[in-house]
Amino acid sequence: MTERWQISVQQHDFDPGAEIEALRSVAAGAIVSFVGVARDMSEDFPVERITLEHYPGMTEKSLEEIVRAAHARWNLTQVRVIHRFGELRPGDHIVLVATASSHREHAFDACRFIIDYLKTRAPFWKQESGGRGARWVQSRQSDERASQSWDGSQNLATQKR
Amino acid sequence: MKLTILYFARMREAIGRSRDVVEAPATVSNLGQLRGWLISRGEPWSSAFSQVQPLRIALDHVVCADDATLRDGAEVAFFPPVTGG
Repeated sequence: MTERWQISVQQHDFDPGAEIEALRSVAAGAIVSFVGVARDMSEDFPVERITLEHYPGMTEKSLEEIVRAAHARWNLTQVRVIHRFGELRPGDHIVLVATASSHREHAFDACRFIIDYLKTRAPFWKQESGGRGARWVQSRQSDERASQSWDGSQNLATQKR
Repeated sequence: MKLTILYFARMREAIGRSRDVVEAPATVSNLGQLRGWLISRGEPWSSAFSQVQPLRIALDHVVCADDATLRDGAEVAFFPPVTGG
């Protein structure tokens, strides 16, 4: 049996097009993807470089838990997650989440669930640096709320019966 | 009890290194007691723990509350809220 997910935590770049294409199958009527990209401005702070630190061991484990939870909740044929670490420049890919399902609602919701959970649970930390120095990115209340919204009932419409 | 302690991001910078191996006294049996004992040892812990708030604690790769029980050989990590994605 083929694995129903693939998770990579890596320094090197990835090709979103190739990764999405790899999820194509006769069973997957829908593929949804999210690609996170490094910005050159963070609010009013100019960014020339992002350093992404992570917790080897826990990172892989927490991503797998999130993907397992998505599989338990929605009908998915395949899930692909890639998260980079190390030094990144504005415009670089940071993260990819791609979900494949027989139906688009499951693929959409599962993709959003995974990125929302990843943002508040996977042990990554971003430091931005540029002309005005270096600073650690602060966690956002809105990310916490987005993650918590999946614990409530408002997103249950597409869950497995 | 022998423990491996890891620090990440701003906590790593505040401590000045990424890792410690400590022999905790018998009075330390949970995460809250471990933090209290580290702070009682003085610098760099006392300043780092007051500077870096809020703080998360992972015990053997799982984020836990202060009352989580330690075991010999456990890995404990201290870090600020995560900001990946």
